[in-house]
Amino acid sequence: MTLATLDCNIDIHHVTRVEGHGSIRINVREGVVEEVKLSIVEANRFFESFTRGMRPDEIPWIVGRICGICCVGHQLAATKAVEASQGIEVSPQTVLLRKMLNQSQFLQSHILHVYFLAIPDFVGAPSVLPLVKTHPEVVKRALRLKKLANDYTAVLGGRTLHPMANTLKGWRRLPDQEAIAQLRQRLQDALPDLHETVAIVKTLNIPPFERETEFVSLKHPDEYALYDGEIYSSDTRATVPVADYRQVTNEFTVPHSTSRWSRWHRDSYAVGALARVNNNFAQLGPEARQVAHDLGLRVPCFNPYMNNCAQVVEIIHCAHDSLAMMTTLLENGLREEPIDHQPREGQGAGAVEVPRGILFHEYTFDRDGRCCDANAIIPTSQNVNNIEQDMKAFVPRMLPLMSEKELTLNMEMLLRAYDPCISCAVHLLDVSFVK
Amino acid sequence: MKPKVAFFDFASCEGCQLALLNCEEILLDLLTQVELVEFREALSETAPRYDIAFIEGSINREQDLLRLQDIRARSTFLVAMGACACNGNVQARANRIAPAENYRRVYGETDRNRVQTDPEFWPLWSHTRVRPVGEIVTVDFQLRGCPMVADEFLALVQSLLQGTIPHVPANAVCVECKMNENECVFDRGDTCMGQITWGGCHALCITQGYRCDGCRGLLPHANLEAHRALLREKGLSDTDIQHRYHLFGGTQTPFWEKSR
Repeated sequence: MTLATLDCNIDIHHVTRVEGHGSIRINVREGVVEEVKLSIVEANRFFESFTRGMRPDEIPWIVGRICGICCVGHQLAATKAVEASQGIEVSPQTVLLRKMLNQSQFLQSHILHVYFLAIPDFVGAPSVLPLVKTHPEVVKRALRLKKLANDYTAVLGGRTLHPMANTLKGWRRLPDQEAIAQLRQRLQDALPDLHETVAIVKTLNIPPFERETEFVSLKHPDEYALYDGEIYSSDTRATVPVADYRQVTNEFTVPHSTSRWSRWHRDSYAVGALARVNNNFAQLGPEARQVAHDLGLRVPCFNPYMNNCAQVVEIIHCAHDSLAMMTTLLENGLREEPIDHQPREGQGAGAVEVPRGILFHEYTFDRDGRCCDANAIIPTSQNVNNIEQDMKAFVPRMLPLMSEKELTLNMEMLLRAYDPCISCAVHLLDVSFVK
Repeated sequence: MKPKVAFFDFASCEGCQLALLNCEEILLDLLTQVELVEFREALSETAPRYDIAFIEGSINREQDLLRLQDIRARSTFLVAMGACACNGNVQARANRIAPAENYRRVYGETDRNRVQTDPEFWPLWSHTRVRPVGEIVTVDFQLRGCPMVADEFLALVQSLLQGTIPHVPANAVCVECKMNENECVFDRGDTCMGQITWGGCHALCITQGYRCDGCRGLLPHANLEAHRALLREKGLSDTDIQHRYHLFGGTQTPFWEKSR
């Protein structure tokens, strides 16, 4: 039986297998969709308020705590923003180390998301746990790859979660070159595992749903933009400087909720792996482009479920790019650089791509060098509007064809495809009440 | 029957759950010894009763308090997992600012007013104060640190599975730092909280080139007066000292008393 002629009220309370707490609410009356709402019920943590009073070098260290899974990204975006405010320029060595640290997080996060959060849906399992029995080789491979990515972060950053090596101007303690040489070998040896990942994702049945939207990401003239670049829109095919990020995010409050959402040139826009692959496809490494081809990902791709495939494309890109960066680092060697810094007055913004999309941080420091204003706009608060728009397009189209159970699963999968990180979403709060 | 283990997350970065997922090598072994009944980040199932409930995050709203009390009532052992649950962590800094001002700074004037005057917004927006789990319910064990240390988690679980009481030594980070033969942070020209902070992290941050900011909380009977004198001697003003104590110090009473 389908929902086409029914009254129903689907309330998926506390969607699981996402970071943070969110719910999806669908109201149907006599077969007509009256309401589709994505609610975020996470408690406020007020990072942008309590960072006031902190010194410049404390900010990246503390704001990494916005999110465990995105801690590296928050730290890097904040480091760049604080450095911009303090007029600090960094050496090519520091940029290389940061790019590697960032890519280690891409590998970690994408592997975790694809294997633990997304694949169970596609194979009809409630979680990764039953797969331990049914697909032990898949689970073991996932754990192997994740361990490698975690170790990569730890070697660069000092530990996997909330790393402490990176700071303003450079590194508190440089990574051990022998450890990097070992990592390089392990990553090289893991390439077959990574290609098995491609093979399993190739077998997944991606729902054939498309909705054209605007894709926003960083863009860099010389490389696939993950660490540096300007803000690019697929609508205008032009970039704006990172300092003007508020023109892009345009945070606003919608009548039915108090959450702050984003829009740029149209009702909503998407950020994340699919946005990046769409915007910067030609700059992916040849292996990654081949994987996109193998997975049937042709740009522009407007199927949000394909974000999982875009993540796999990026896993391959980051693996090969990291191997190249490790080689460069081992050839050049590492030298100690001064990191002393006298806090001063100033204001600056910074952006990096993190696994879930483009992340902005901005800080202002007063005459005493203490933070007096902070702002962070995370990928999920930019995506949530687009996710809801997808759901609004999806539900009426599928209502005649699906049962309540199928529709529920497809909505959860759609939300999970974006890999939302609700813990991060300090701006994001939505209230949902039954009328 | 295998013991039922559950994980619950409140206001936090969820990094401690991630730290657990990062125990790749022993995760599968562990799963053969316990029955994981709730773990929202990785699992869709729920259960009525738990032998061990792990609580991540601090309690920032009344509705979260009720949920926590319910979990306590259905659990044999309750473990505060990570600095947010143990002592409020960095987000407890927000307690020093009026809720209205926190809302204004993050959401702006208009939304602050809506949130504070429109009853429709309660209870979801009813931020009260950042409270550690132990301020609301009885906590049986604490896993300190931001994030928690995975080895301590595993030792605790093994101990509970064997029916013994886990032993948590009360040394300062400073002791573990000496065992690592690190150069003292004070000798490097920086200042450190290692002398008064509960150890167990093996002084990881210092070993990796940073200092201790005290994320594991205040050691019982720590000599704060001596520590403050030491920091003053190194040129920190009283304001700077207070700032350092409050960075991760969260809701710990001695820090708050001294801040007046």
